[in-house]
Amino acid sequence: MIKFADVAKGDVLPAQTFPIRRVDLVKYAGASGDFNPIHWNERFAQSVGLPDVIAHGMFTMAEAVRVVTDWCGDPGMIVEYQVRFTKPVVVPDGVAEDSGARLTVTGKVSAVNEDGTVRVDLTAMSGGDGDGGGGEKVLGLARALVRLP
Amino acid sequence: MALDPGFAGRTYPPTAVYEVGREKIREFADAIGDPNPVYRDPAVAQDLGHRDVLAPPTFPIAITWPAALVIIDDPELGLDFSRVLHAEQRFVYARPIYADDQLTATVVIEDVSERMGQGFLSTRTDLVTVDGEHVVSGYSKLVVVGAAEEAQS
Repeated sequence: MIKFADVAKGDVLPAQTFPIRRVDLVKYAGASGDFNPIHWNERFAQSVGLPDVIAHGMFTMAEAVRVVTDWCGDPGMIVEYQVRFTKPVVVPDGVAEDSGARLTVTGKVSAVNEDGTVRVDLTAMSGGDGDGGGGEKVLGLARALVRLP
Repeated sequence: MALDPGFAGRTYPPTAVYEVGREKIREFADAIGDPNPVYRDPAVAQDLGHRDVLAPPTFPIAITWPAALVIIDDPELGLDFSRVLHAEQRFVYARPIYADDQLTATVVIEDVSERMGQGFLSTRTDLVTVDGEHVVSGYSKLVVVGAAEEAQS
């Protein structure tokens, strides 16, 4: 497990790529109770001007913080977490295993505070090459404050 | 109806008690595709010093978002849900949510404003145990598209 003393400003967290398929949005709708049809009904999404079904912003927020929780080893260490939903993650339909969207999340320690917390800034890209290159930034001001041992 | 800045500060009564439960946490962790055993196995959670399995960081939304519908349903505010977009979300945790928690949600409208033809609502939802312990607060910024336009028509 990561120790506060071992962390320095500028440290880069291991990046992760999360596939997002239609079935994931259906499962998330059920678990979260957010059944807004823009997240599962293409016809409805297009009727309100979207290119296609889009992921729940809160689903994207849930994926992005996994870069932090997997890094620090204990999700209970997170004392604050925030994001701004700047661009929708469009999730096309398809039968192939790799259909849908890909969300690539990178993180960097942006501050090491005297009170024993560190701030991690996150970047979440939809599409692109899966290594954080290319694609479109979908979250703004995405950051977590973590209290490390 | 225009978005009335006078609604800032409005506090709604606490919701009925929400009993969290290990299976709801597991279901949520499955839905976000996170295999972390700390969301499923009490022994793993206890090894990290937790009293029970804990919920993922964004789990509170499953309680705060339905609770915040009280704002959208408030006839005095007169919001059209189909125009409401979720623009920003923040959680401030006193501790993680545990499977054995029994929580109520209290929704507060912190700020109401209008600019450039759009309405902006800032809300805070406090999750508190039935014993009065504050666990987490969720802060949502909502945009009401075309609020001013609607008000003028």
